[in-house]
Amino acid sequence: MNVQDKIRQQVESNDIVLYMKGTPQFPQCGFSGRATQLLQACGAKFATVDVLADPEVREGIKQYGNWPTIPQLYIKGQLIGGSDVMMDLYQKGELQKLVAEAQGTSKTS
Amino acid sequence: MTDRVAEIEHKLRAALQPLKLEIEDESHKHAGHAGARESGGGHFNVTIVSAAFTGQGLLQRHRLVYDALGDTMRREIHALSIRALSPEEA
Repeated sequence: MNVQDKIRQQVESNDIVLYMKGTPQFPQCGFSGRATQLLQACGAKFATVDVLADPEVREGIKQYGNWPTIPQLYIKGQLIGGSDVMMDLYQKGELQKLVAEAQGTSKTS
Repeated sequence: MTDRVAEIEHKLRAALQPLKLEIEDESHKHAGHAGARESGGGHFNVTIVSAAFTGQGLLQRHRLVYDALGDTMRREIHALSIRALSPEEA
């Protein structure tokens, strides 16, 4: 499986996935830390991929969504953006909606 | 360091004909943190007002800025904060 297939599988098998540097507990970059906090503030349950742990994914994700920076947020397979876009959407109340919709449609209970 | 600001300014002006463009170099605030040593290490804040952003969503605006910067983005810029406004919003 090449790296693009691997990324496709990651973004399609998780409703909400954040590509970041480090982990939510130990972000290795301020922008990744901010992205994590925004998702947590939305009450999101999200998967993360630490690109520092996987150099192939780190390069591959930039091509996958044609987006040159990390962090990158994907909801339901769609690139939402980096931490600036997330902050802006959060301030408009739109990130909360995207998260709620993504989680609402996947609930089995 | 100022070379990089000039390069960013040049590329953004050429591609997006901004009505207003401010570039802050914040690299000194981040020198030394782990991620900054690779990829040139530059941290910049850009505020840009351009008619190109009218009617475009945020994702698309950021893409326009990234596309305008091309390989400068990959070589010199480690982090870029973007405020992209249309003339109506500025």
